[in-house]
Amino acid sequence: MPLTPEDVSRIAHLARLELSPAEGSAMQTQLNDFFKIVEQMSAVDTSGLEPLHTPLSAIGTVELRLRPDAVTETNNRAANMANAPASEDGLFLVPKVIE
Amino acid sequence: MSADLHTLGVAALGRALAAKSVSSVEATQALLARAQADTHGAFLVVDADAALAAAKAADAKRASGAEGSDHPLLGVPIAHKDIFVTAESTTTAGSKMLQGYKSPFDATVVARLKAAGTVSLGKLNCDEFAMGSANENSAYGPVRNPWDATRVPGGSSGGSATAVAAQLVPAATGTDTGGSIRQPASFTGTTGIKPTYGVCSRFGMIAFASSLDQAGPIARSAEDCALLLSAMSGFDERDATSVQRPPQDFHAQMLKPRPGATAAQPLKGLRIGVPKEWLNWSDDALDEKQRVTEDITRALGETFRRLKDLGATFVRVSLPRTELSIPVYYIIAPAEASSNLSRYDGVRYGHRAAKYDDLLDMYKKSRSEAFGPEVKRRIMIGTYVLSHGYYDAYYLQAQKLRRMIADDFQACFRQCDLIAGPVAPTVAWKLGEQGDDPVKAYLADIFTLPGSLAGLPGMSVPAGLGEGGMPVGLQLLGNYFAEGTLLHAAHALQTATDFHLQRPKA
Repeated sequence: MPLTPEDVSRIAHLARLELSPAEGSAMQTQLNDFFKIVEQMSAVDTSGLEPLHTPLSAIGTVELRLRPDAVTETNNRAANMANAPASEDGLFLVPKVIE
Repeated sequence: MSADLHTLGVAALGRALAAKSVSSVEATQALLARAQADTHGAFLVVDADAALAAAKAADAKRASGAEGSDHPLLGVPIAHKDIFVTAESTTTAGSKMLQGYKSPFDATVVARLKAAGTVSLGKLNCDEFAMGSANENSAYGPVRNPWDATRVPGGSSGGSATAVAAQLVPAATGTDTGGSIRQPASFTGTTGIKPTYGVCSRFGMIAFASSLDQAGPIARSAEDCALLLSAMSGFDERDATSVQRPPQDFHAQMLKPRPGATAAQPLKGLRIGVPKEWLNWSDDALDEKQRVTEDITRALGETFRRLKDLGATFVRVSLPRTELSIPVYYIIAPAEASSNLSRYDGVRYGHRAAKYDDLLDMYKKSRSEAFGPEVKRRIMIGTYVLSHGYYDAYYLQAQKLRRMIADDFQACFRQCDLIAGPVAPTVAWKLGEQGDDPVKAYLADIFTLPGSLAGLPGMSVPAGLGEGGMPVGLQLLGNYFAEGTLLHAAHALQTATDFHLQRPKA
């Protein structure tokens, strides 16, 4: 079922994007074109197959590693916050969310 | 000598530096002048002061005889794809979102190459967040192919490939998610390697699709790639997917003779598989649909003959789900991208809109103003396929198909040591030629996506010229951790042929 303009608006909201009417209309066409090539996926029987979330699990079990619970970084607050669009007293500023 | 310094590759320049017939400062100055005069749009930042300081330090280290003063990369100028964060200059990922962004730290790949003694000249243009196959998706303008400025250099590591092909640097870093090292290397007549998933740390490499992203070098020969890759790779505890194993000397692996090899036949015993779904090339006639233009078939056929002369034998293999790789990749990569790019919210770093009503509006306006059309498209696809009610049909099904694709490769590698085929269906196309049809661009990634989905190591090696005198790349894929076999085969080919020595006329 092709995506409608309402679907495109709903997805854009979920993605935190604001599309102009022209962008939304082009997006609808392009996404529907794209999903035409996706259709062939559903014809393949994949029952019983494990999804391949990480490539090396194709040849064996991939163990997730935990690092030692140790402090490795020093306080680098000023450098880490240097790119903030708005900050004050070592805090990130955002528009008021609680009245 | 200094007039020709830009023609030297990594190994040759390393030897000249070791022999003290040239200093790092001289080499750096010569290449900086070329980088600053470049008209292809390859560099986003040329950092002359930092480069000259690093070159002086390299020369001092060599003179001191201290530990590391004999490293083959000491004093060799390179440049980094602008997807690797660097403390010394800005990092934008080709996006308006990160305009002016300064990282507090270096990516592990950058830090390791710095520790080896390389001199970074600056940062290289790329498709926005590495999303693209033509380098036309950069917020800072396209990169032009040095072989023909009306054509694209490929992408997303288009700046890296162009800087190497135009002899602005002997080597550059790149990243490959669905072909972003191999395809631009193919389009510019350079040599590139994407190692096995997990070989290079992705710490400080701006994330696109985390289950696919890998770093690797682009250079002018397999030998130069081997030197770079040895320094770039290795376990890093700060990347959860980093493979735990001892440091690898890929240069030594490249040089190691095969059992039974002779001087005339260094590839004796090497079995190369050509997927019948990829290329209609064999001693017997095939009726498979031709997926590449005739110039590609001709160039690759000639290269295969040279590999045969070197002792390799060819077998026909099958990758039956080649076509399915396109939707599978373009579901998985955008899904992961939509998740990774949710961090750009205009709060901690990155672009923030000047005007907005409330927090939600600030998120939406900041993201919509700063992301380009291709990035928005992929975020939309990814958000949709991960959304409630669609996850199983799209994302989960794609991940199951991905296992089938990886299993298909394992079946191939029971019959052969390496897989060979095209990198792309055509040579580099003209700027703007793909117009407003993203699906057309996705379809052109058909030969690089399968190896990416499986996480296999792959190379693009120059294989002569095709239509319009443009370079054609030979794709070689190996099994997991077979980088040594790949580099050995590519080096044998480059020792016996001069495909990789052909340069753009300009």
